[in-house]
Amino acid sequence: MAAPHNARWWALWAALTLVGLGVFAAALALPVRDDTTVLAQVRGWLQPGPASHGHHQIALACDACHTEPLGGGEVLQQACMNCHSDALKAANDKHPASKFEDPRNAFRLARIDALRCVSCHTEHRPEITQAMGVTQPADFCVHCHAGPEEMPPSHAELPFDGCTAAGCHNYHDNRALYEDFLLKHADAPALLVRRLLRERSLGEDLPASLHYPQDRFPFQPLDLAAADAPPTLRGHAAADEWLASRHAQAGVNCSACHVVGAAAPADSPPPPGAGTWLDQPPTPAACAGCHAEEAQGFGQGLHGMRSAIGLSPMQPSRARLPMHADAAHRRLDCNSCHTPHRPDLRRAAVEACTGCHADTHTQAYEGSPHHRLWQAEGAGQLPVGSGVSCASCHMPREQLQTSDGSRYGVQHNQSASLRPIEAMARPVCLNCHGLGYALDALADPALAAGNYGAPPAVHVPGIDMARAKDEAYRRSQAPSSPKPP
Amino acid sequence: MSTRPRTLALSFAVAGALGLPATTGLAQGGIAPQVMADALHAVMAADRTVYTRLIVNRLQNEEKLIKATEHWKDDKSLVLPAQMFRYGAEEVAKTNKNFSYALLSSWPVNKQNAPRTEAEKTGLAAIEKNAKQPYYTEETLGGKKYFTAVYADRAVAPACVSCHNEHKDSPRKDFKIGDTMGGVVIRIPI
Repeated sequence: MAAPHNARWWALWAALTLVGLGVFAAALALPVRDDTTVLAQVRGWLQPGPASHGHHQIALACDACHTEPLGGGEVLQQACMNCHSDALKAANDKHPASKFEDPRNAFRLARIDALRCVSCHTEHRPEITQAMGVTQPADFCVHCHAGPEEMPPSHAELPFDGCTAAGCHNYHDNRALYEDFLLKHADAPALLVRRLLRERSLGEDLPASLHYPQDRFPFQPLDLAAADAPPTLRGHAAADEWLASRHAQAGVNCSACHVVGAAAPADSPPPPGAGTWLDQPPTPAACAGCHAEEAQGFGQGLHGMRSAIGLSPMQPSRARLPMHADAAHRRLDCNSCHTPHRPDLRRAAVEACTGCHADTHTQAYEGSPHHRLWQAEGAGQLPVGSGVSCASCHMPREQLQTSDGSRYGVQHNQSASLRPIEAMARPVCLNCHGLGYALDALADPALAAGNYGAPPAVHVPGIDMARAKDEAYRRSQAPSSPKPP
Repeated sequence: MSTRPRTLALSFAVAGALGLPATTGLAQGGIAPQVMADALHAVMAADRTVYTRLIVNRLQNEEKLIKATEHWKDDKSLVLPAQMFRYGAEEVAKTNKNFSYALLSSWPVNKQNAPRTEAEKTGLAAIEKNAKQPYYTEETLGGKKYFTAVYADRAVAPACVSCHNEHKDSPRKDFKIGDTMGGVVIRIPI
């Protein structure tokens, strides 16, 4: 009898189809914040393609970007801005969407929809994705900026893809590249006379910030008797380490980190579990009460972006860059680089990085001129601030925006000064080098791979062109010499 | 999708159903574009004059306390009056899609601010001839129709003329106080 036999197969087919659909539906519908689960892996199969370098860590948390299941372009655009708007603002973005809202730019929008990030940064398209997640051909500038009305005569013969390729212009961030800045630094030598990084001033700057819990942890040295750990923990080895640390010297008692909410801003609602003692306080949450700007930067960069959206911490095994095999399963939080009871900032600035990163640039650091300076500073042969560590360049010290203004501190978002590469010039290179040398060095990929062990072999013409224009202008303004009789 | 087109379509439908010409219905129910543009410009021009005279000209030219420069963030200086105006326009663009405005000139320091559309070219030429009479027209940009008004922007303080006459990228260097240096273009979608 064929009919009942077929019916059973049909029933099996229907059941399997329903189960399959159910799995896919569940994978899409459930907010999976542990992306190691089977459901999260199913999500991976549904993606149109692998995500870019900047987003692959969070790619399985679809709702990080697709915040509404059936959301259109506006929803995606808002998701981009949720994470990137601060950086664009800090970069003094030259092409903000608000410029293109003006109807007089409608003809430009018809060529490239500059109102949407995804017009140039399409995700899940590895076959067309270039550096910085750009998915437009390198000559995109010419579509809007061509012809004598847009280009000065000196640019007439330049190649279509030369604007960014030459190291002269960026679409968003031109802070180190604008004409007056080039002119101001045109004559600076390769090596400045004074080559020092400004010293940290956390001890002065942090307590002055509005949200520092000064009332609960006044800035004054503490001794062992003052330690406020529970009695059962008295005599713990950590107490002696803490006593010798900057935390104890600055009045940061055990409870500041180990008691939930103890260092939270007084005007914020108490967090869940407030008042509970935790032997292993979670970071960056436990640190953010005092180090809010550092924690925020950490969450914006590749080290902390997973934690920042509620995923498990980043691990080197998830990285696309070469990492040491024995570091594969470390988990990245504040304690990975900082040991809170024994804060060793020299370790945090070099060994913490080289312990995981295994690319050629990192491996070439030891023995490089920058490393030799770092060693000499460590040995006391050079003044504090003379050495150049990994962190000197990748986590530079700068004015961090705070809720009540700004303070000097370490930028923990390592991407902030890394892409575009010229973004490194001002906060980093210009502490010791002239702008011309810095831009040339940054534009030389071989130099980066070798960790800046030789002079640059590339020359960015920006300063020359700015100077030529300036000199021509000055000549045109000079009073013409009287004609000989 | 913006809700505006839908709202407009609905208004037209309602007006049509009532047997009224759609445009008349809109004009009767709201403010005529020219009145709205004139009012917006009055606010813009007042704020612009106040900033130029009371902040920039006073602190830079009279008291000589602080300069206004193009790279104000790096120079830790005051925002230029033209930048102040433009930043305002960009802020409006973020929140309000019912009008847009720009500061243009036949002698722009930044080439992006030269007249580009026919309405801008004709409008600037008109207000350069007669600063007291704004220029009104309609134009279509990116498939949308706009009521476009152009108003003269005149040098109200020494800071205006000194900066433009001395700027390397300024195509004209003989401005005097009271001269029409450019124009404010206001666009209202109709």
